[in-house]
Amino acid sequence: MYEKIVNLIIMQAEELNETLENKIPAELGASASLFDGKDGILDSIALVTLIVAVEQSVEDEFETSIILANEKAMSLKNSPFKTIGSLAEYIVILLNEENTNG
Amino acid sequence: MDETQVMIITGTRKGIGKYLAHYYVSKGFIVIGCSRGEVDYKLSGYQHFCLDVSDEKKVKQMIAKIRKTYGRLDVLINNAGIASMNHILLTPAHTVHNILNTNVVGTFLFCREAAKLMQKNKYGRIVNTSTVATPLKLEGEAIYAASKAAILSFTEIIARELANFGITVNSVGPTPVETDLIRSVPKEKMDNLLARQAISRFGTFEDISNVIDFFIKKESEFVTGQNIYLGGI
Repeated sequence: MYEKIVNLIIMQAEELNETLENKIPAELGASASLFDGKDGILDSIALVTLIVAVEQSVEDEFETSIILANEKAMSLKNSPFKTIGSLAEYIVILLNEENTNG
Repeated sequence: MDETQVMIITGTRKGIGKYLAHYYVSKGFIVIGCSRGEVDYKLSGYQHFCLDVSDEKKVKQMIAKIRKTYGRLDVLINNAGIASMNHILLTPAHTVHNILNTNVVGTFLFCREAAKLMQKNKYGRIVNTSTVATPLKLEGEAIYAASKAAILSFTEIIARELANFGITVNSVGPTPVETDLIRSVPKEKMDNLLARQAISRFGTFEDISNVIDFFIKKESEFVTGQNIYLGGI
């Protein structure tokens, strides 16, 4: 599931890259940097756009609604939005939680 | 706009929402409405969802279906709202929760999920509903008026947050219209209230759709974060 999600994020990142000056190095795969709150690759608008696009593609692929920017994500010490890999790991957790809780 | 516009209206079972659903279908919009119960009408170009607007999961599911069916959303009218005429000393906490859930949480959820879909096309028009009860400081409507004061603030701020996505957010503040919402208000109180308007009469459904028409026009792209009260408040 993790690999599938990494690929989904890469696809969305590549699409977003067409509109960005500072492009996400999607070719680096899971280790590609996204946002670190200070001088990450994405500004906040681009991050919001990416999060929404990823939420929608996860919803389409797994038929499950998740909310990526929830309180937990914002308060985690190691932000799940740091890299494509950390975002994918976070989505796996949310999907598992969603499937357990129904 | 060349293609048929897709619009969500919340609270379409009766009153203003029901009127707006009929009005915008007649103007050629695809209208998707919702309310807690089924509607007693059928309209070509209208689709209904039964849900509580404060149910996050259900709201997300509704918008996901719209995204899959139409791939777009142009307009959101947050009309669903409840009031409860009561003195503060006689207001139960669960009434407060109900009003805040429907009026504030519901509006928030629809704005958030609608904006996610609207931003794909870099275009969207959101119209929230405020009320003259807020500036008129209507006694007996403390929680209702406060919930709508929250909508004013919310509208002004998200107008800024969503501006970069081509989405405008405004609100319309109706005067009393003869609907279920005001049925519990004594006549004398209502007459006093109307007397405080520059134009002392009940509002009509058409007064409201007239303001909404202006906000959702493509040409109104430079109008955002604004509230228009009817009746001259």
